[in-house]
Amino acid sequence: MTQRHFTSWTYYVPYGLWVGLFVIAPVGLIIYQSFLDLHHHFTLANYQAYFESGTYLMMTVNSIWWAFLITLFTLLISYPAAYYIHQLKHRQLWLLLTILPTWINLLLKAYAFIGIFSQAGVVNQFLSLFGIGPQQILFTNFSFVFVATYIQIPFMILPIYNALDDLSGSYINASHDLGATNWQTFSKVVWPLTLPGVKAGVQAVFIPSLSLFMLTRLIGGNKVITLGTAIEEHFLTTMNWGMGSTIGVVLIVAMVLIMIITGERRQDRGRVR
Amino acid sequence: MTQRRFKWSSIYLLLVFVILYAPILFLIVYSFNSGTTMDHFDGFTLAHYATLFADTRLIAIVLQTLLIALLSALIATTIGTLGALWIQQTSRPFFKNSLLSFNNILIVSPDVIIGASFLIFFTTLSIPLGFTSVLISHTAFSIPIVVLMVLPRLKELNGSMLDAAADLGATQSQTLRDVIIPFITPGIFAGFFMALTYSLDDFAVTFFVTGNGFSTLSVEIYSRARQGISLEINALSGLLFVLTLVLIVGYYIVSQSSQRRLLRKKRGVNR
Amino acid sequence: MKKLLAVIISLLAICGLLAFSANRLIASDSGGSNGNKVLNLYNWGDYIDPNLIQKFQQQTGYHVNIETFDSNEAMFTKIKQGGTSYDLTVPSDYMIEKMRAAHLLLPLDKSRLSGLSNNDPRLMNLAFDPHNRYSIPYFWGTLGIIYNDQIVKPGSLKHWQQLWSPKYRNQIMLVDSARDILGFALASNGDSMNTTNLHQLTDAKNKLNQLSPNVKAIVADEIKMYMAENEAGIAVDWSGEASEMMANNSHLHYVVPSEGSNLWFDNLVIPKTAKHFDAIYAFLNFMMQPKNAAQNAKYVGYATPNQRAKALLPKRISGDRQFYPDAKTMSHLQIYQNLSPELVGQYNDLYLEFKMHHR
Repeated sequence: MTQRHFTSWTYYVPYGLWVGLFVIAPVGLIIYQSFLDLHHHFTLANYQAYFESGTYLMMTVNSIWWAFLITLFTLLISYPAAYYIHQLKHRQLWLLLTILPTWINLLLKAYAFIGIFSQAGVVNQFLSLFGIGPQQILFTNFSFVFVATYIQIPFMILPIYNALDDLSGSYINASHDLGATNWQTFSKVVWPLTLPGVKAGVQAVFIPSLSLFMLTRLIGGNKVITLGTAIEEHFLTTMNWGMGSTIGVVLIVAMVLIMIITGERRQDRGRVR
Repeated sequence: MTQRRFKWSSIYLLLVFVILYAPILFLIVYSFNSGTTMDHFDGFTLAHYATLFADTRLIAIVLQTLLIALLSALIATTIGTLGALWIQQTSRPFFKNSLLSFNNILIVSPDVIIGASFLIFFTTLSIPLGFTSVLISHTAFSIPIVVLMVLPRLKELNGSMLDAAADLGATQSQTLRDVIIPFITPGIFAGFFMALTYSLDDFAVTFFVTGNGFSTLSVEIYSRARQGISLEINALSGLLFVLTLVLIVGYYIVSQSSQRRLLRKKRGVNR
Repeated sequence: MKKLLAVIISLLAICGLLAFSANRLIASDSGGSNGNKVLNLYNWGDYIDPNLIQKFQQQTGYHVNIETFDSNEAMFTKIKQGGTSYDLTVPSDYMIEKMRAAHLLLPLDKSRLSGLSNNDPRLMNLAFDPHNRYSIPYFWGTLGIIYNDQIVKPGSLKHWQQLWSPKYRNQIMLVDSARDILGFALASNGDSMNTTNLHQLTDAKNKLNQLSPNVKAIVADEIKMYMAENEAGIAVDWSGEASEMMANNSHLHYVVPSEGSNLWFDNLVIPKTAKHFDAIYAFLNFMMQPKNAAQNAKYVGYATPNQRAKALLPKRISGDRQFYPDAKTMSHLQIYQNLSPELVGQYNDLYLEFKMHHR
C-alpha cells in the first residue's frame, strides 16, 4: 500500500484547484448564506425553521423514500441489462446506444412522456384495445417513479458495465469448473466483484434523486413534493436564499453520511482478510 | 441451456431498448406533424424542418452547445481522471473520504444552488459572463461524475501489475502512460460520455452564468416552454439524434473493420 | 494511449470547426454590423415575432441579440448580479416595483419616445410604476378559468366559488404559482389578492385544502398541452395561456370571474446594465408603431396595450370580451403589489403546505 505513488503531486494541481475554487468556495458560500435571514443578518432561524416545521421534515422523509425507490428500480432494471449487454457481440456499440437517449433534452423527453401517458396517449389507446379504457396514468406515483427511473437507467448501467468488463472471464470459468451453479457463480463471484460498480451507480443515481424537482411537477403533477421543490421555490420565487441554502446544507450533510455508510467498509474487510 | 438463456436475455434487452427509445421516437414522429402541438397527429409535413433551417440563431446556438459540451467534457475528463488517481492513492482513509465527499458535493447540490453560487463567484472575480464562464461551469460540474466513473476501474487495478512495472524499472510517468491509463481507458470514456450528458442536459447552471449573447440549447428550450414547445425543437432534436446515431454506428463499423484489418496483418506477420 | 491521444486530437479539431462555423453564422446573422450598433434584448422565450426583429434590423441597422429567461425572479438575480449588458428586459408588474425599489431600472427619457399615446390610458400610470417613469406596457392579461364545454355547460361556470363543487372531482388543473392560487382563493372569500392579513391568508389556505379532491394536478406551461388534449376539464391559468389552448381546442372557453381576479402586465424596461441607448429608443419607438405592435400581438397571441394596434387586429380577436374585458370587469381586477419578503415567504409557505396536503 505504501509504495503505490505512481504519479507526482503536480498531476493533482488541477483537481486540487477545482476542489478549492468550485467546491469549497461555493459550499462555504452556501453555509454562510444558510445563517442569513432575509435582511442579511446573522441568524439560526433557518435551521430552527427546518427542524421544527413538520412540512420540511415531511418533505425530507418523502425525498429519501422516493430517491430510494427510484434507485432500487433503476438497479433492478440496470443490472441485468448491463449484464446481458456485456454478453453481446457488439457490446460497446450497445452500451453507447444506452447513453444516447440521455443527450435529448430532459424537458422534451418529459413532454414526450406526457404524450405517451395522457388520457388520449399511446398507452391508453393500447389499453382500450383490450377494453380497459382510459386509465389515469399521469400524476400517479407509478408514472413519476417510471419516468425518474427511465432518466437514471443509463447512469446506472454504465458503471455496472465497466465493473463487469473488469471481471476476468477466468474467474467465472474457474467457478464453473469447481462445480458452482450459475446462481452460486453469480452470488459468490460476479456480484461481489462488481460491487464497486454498483456502488458508483447507486451514488450517481440516489444522490441527485434526492433533489429532483422538474419531474415532480411535469409527471407527478406536484403530488410528489421533494426537497428540490422547496429549494427551487426559495431560490426562484421567494428569493429567500438563506432558507434555500439551509436545505442545501442538509442535503450535503445527508450525502456525506451516505458516503460514509457505503464507503469505508470494504477497506476494513480487506484489512481483516 | 445456453440457447434458452440467450433468448430470454434478448427479449429483456429488447424491452429495455424499446422503453429507452420510445419517447425519442415519439418526439421524432411529431416533428412531422402538420399541427402545432404534440397532442394529436394531424398530417405529414416537413414545414418544421424548413423553419429550423431558416432559423440561423437556433443553429448557431446548437453549434455553441456542442462546442461547450465537447470542450468541457474533454477538460473535465482530464482533470477528473487525475483527481481519481489522487483519491485512489491517498492512503489515509479520512483524507480519502473527505476528498470523495467534496467530489460529490456538486452532484448532490441542486442546479439552482450551484448556478447561483457560481454566478456570485464569477461576478465577484469580475469574470465576464458568456462563453468562458459557461465553459468553466460545465467543466466544474462534470468533473465529479468523471471521478465516479474512473474510480471503480482504478480500484480493480492490480497492485502486482504496478509492482511489476516498478520492478522492470519503469518510471512514474511510464507506469502511468503504459500501464495505468490503458487499463482505465474504458472508465475514462464512460466519464467523458457522462460529462457530455451533463453538459448537454444542463439548464439551471448555464442560465445563471451565461450572458452577452451566449446561449445554449437547453436554456433556449426551457425559455420557450412558456409559449409551448414548438415542433421546430422536435425537428431539431430528431435531426441531432439521427445524426449522432449515424456517427456512432458509422464510427463503430469503421473502427471494427480497421481493427480486423490490423489483426489480419499481425497474423500474417506471425506466419 | 495512442488511441486516446488520437481521440483527443480529433475532438479538438471538431471543437475548432464548431467554433469557426458558429462564429461565421453569428457574423452572417448580424449582417456584418460593427460592435456598437447592437441591442441586447433580455426577453421571455419566444415572446417576440422573429420577423419583426428582422424588420427592425433592416430598417435601423442595429443588430438585436436576444437572450431568454423563464422566470421574473431568475431574471432579477441576473440583472442584480451584473456582469451582463442587457439593454432592455420585460419584467411583470410586481417585479417592476421590486426592481425599482432595488434601483435596478433607469428612467425613460420621454423626449425620445414617440407613440406613447397609442397605449390604452387605462393600462398606463399604474401603481407599480406611476407616470410610467420606467416602463412601457408590452403585453397584458388576466387570471381566469378555462373550461371544456364537453364537461362544463357553456356559460355555467362564472365564479371562483363554483370550483369547489363536488361535481368537478379530479377535474381541475392549477397553474403552479403561489400568488395566483392563494389569490383566487382569497378572491373567492371576497378578500384582497394583495392581503397582508395572516388570518385571511390562513383561511384561504384552509379553503384550498378543501379543493384538493377536485385538483387533478398542479402544473405549469404543460397545462396548455393537457387542456388541448382533454386531460382535464377545467384549469386556472393566465389569459395568454388560455388563448393558445383555445387555438388548439375549439371546446375550450375562458372566463374571468366577475367578483375579481388578477390583472397582469409585462412591460419593457431599461435595466441598469444598459449601454446602447440609441438602439434602445429606436427599438421602443419601433415596437410602439401600431402596425408592428399588431403584428407582434398576432404572433404572440397575448393582448396588446396599444389601442391603435388593437384596431388593426381581426375583429374576432379584438372583439373578444374575455381577452379585452369590458370596463365593469376591469374595475374588479387587481394588480399584484410587491409584497415584503416576509409576506412573500408566508404566501409560499402556505402554498407549499397546500401542495403537501394535496396527494
